[in-house]
Amino acid sequence: MNKTIITVVGRDTVGIIAKVCTYLAENRINILDISQTIVQGYFNMMMIVDTVGMEKHFGEMAQELHELGNEIGVDIKCQKEEIFDKMHRI
Amino acid sequence: MINLFEVVETNEMITKENLDVRTITLGISLLDCIDSDLARLKDKIHHKIFEAAKNLVQTGEEISREFGIPIVNKRISVTPVALIGGAACHSAEDFASIAQTLDQTAKEVGVNFIGGYSALVSKGMTEADELLIRSIPLALSSTERVCSSVNLGSTRTGINMDAVKLMGEIVKQTAEYTKEEDSLGCAKLVVFCNAPDDNPFMAGAFHGVTEPDKVINVGVSGPGVVKNALSKVRGENFEVLCETIKKTAFKVTRVGQLVAQEASARLGVPFGIVDLSLAPTPAIGDSVADILCEIGLEYAGAPGSTAALALLNDQVKKGGVMASSYVGGLSGAFIPVSEDQGMIDAVSAGALSLEKLEAMTCVCSVGLDMIAIPGDTKETTISGIIADEMAIGMVNQKTTAVRIIPVIGKGVGETVEFGGLLGYAPIMPVNSFSCDAFVNRGGRIPAPIHSFKN
Repeated sequence: MNKTIITVVGRDTVGIIAKVCTYLAENRINILDISQTIVQGYFNMMMIVDTVGMEKHFGEMAQELHELGNEIGVDIKCQKEEIFDKMHRI
Repeated sequence: MINLFEVVETNEMITKENLDVRTITLGISLLDCIDSDLARLKDKIHHKIFEAAKNLVQTGEEISREFGIPIVNKRISVTPVALIGGAACHSAEDFASIAQTLDQTAKEVGVNFIGGYSALVSKGMTEADELLIRSIPLALSSTERVCSSVNLGSTRTGINMDAVKLMGEIVKQTAEYTKEEDSLGCAKLVVFCNAPDDNPFMAGAFHGVTEPDKVINVGVSGPGVVKNALSKVRGENFEVLCETIKKTAFKVTRVGQLVAQEASARLGVPFGIVDLSLAPTPAIGDSVADILCEIGLEYAGAPGSTAALALLNDQVKKGGVMASSYVGGLSGAFIPVSEDQGMIDAVSAGALSLEKLEAMTCVCSVGLDMIAIPGDTKETTISGIIADEMAIGMVNQKTTAVRIIPVIGKGVGETVEFGGLLGYAPIMPVNSFSCDAFVNRGGRIPAPIHSFKN
């Protein structure tokens, strides 16, 4: 298991989840958990994914998702899970 | 499992509150480079640093990308050069040529600063120590990325007043040598009492002789994060205030611990320490002075500032210590003037004087830092300021430092611009009464009574 957190933040619009999920499926990235909320009109989504089956480098995935975010008009970030785990769990 | 709110909190710290890892500093021992032939010595130094650090910047960038946390600086510290160059250097020029080798190597591996052009003279100076110190103006004016530090005293040894006197002259001379750039050389020169061997922050980083061959030390920062957390507990009592700082410092330091462990594993270099500091930058919202204001002061420097800083410094340590397996370096809140917009504002408003800053250094993590003073300040006055600060460190068994910049050609009321992370500073007035006879006595101040703990 190689957990990465993908966050999507931006104005809510049709098809955000669909587009991100399509990219993940094409790259054999398994989604473990999705949660989503709207804060002050802003779409906030977090996905926990497993990248163990992915053939690309982490940097490449992060860059491509960032570009996909630009196309949709949202900000997409990929971060390894440890940073959140370390900060919020003793 | 991690939830959305935790993820949002972390990312807001990074994007809105300037949470970052301030530096990954690779400490490299140069003891095995020592040679009596200067050319060979410099070759060995270049080779050792280059081989050890060639992947440092790239590794830092990879970690930054994967965790989404900015790692602002990648730096190198080396064994104090006075120890390394003693056998080969017979003049100040010889020593300065080692600084040029360090500068060149720093540029080749892409680090923005290399520290360790240093001498440790808390009790006395060897011939090599004195030569190195006398070469500092030349070394700093002929290089870009080299940082220099001199340890002038310690709780165990007392204060070397001969060296304090000499450093007053060297600070002034360094200012003269770099006067075309607003005496920028002095921003890369710091004097210490009780200098730590494992400090990752510049200008005072060097790789102590008790350290392993190579070591990774990481400095974290996050004044903006603390300020933001405190803005949510306005009006609450000190218990709530202190708990909030502690919890925030814990979170910030955990990020440093993660980055240090990753860097250590990827570079194959042992992890040394995390320096859990609140290190400000001139960026808006990245200010320690703003935290003091959030605690309840109109400006940093107002009555109450020393108490506010004392509690801040202590809570940062209490929160941070549990977050990291090894803590070291300077650890605490830095209060530089030029690198902190809130401090600059306080000086401009007349709220903060050099004397109040000196009082605040009794309870902050380091000392008088990045303070611009008039260019015509006498050498002995600079030595007097240094001696005062060294005494605070010696008696309180803490690290203190002075990084002061006499800006040649400028006086009180004018401003000096250093650029980048070094920021800008209004020139502060200095008490002009003489301390010549005190500084000129020579010798050393004995260690304080509480140093005898055996």
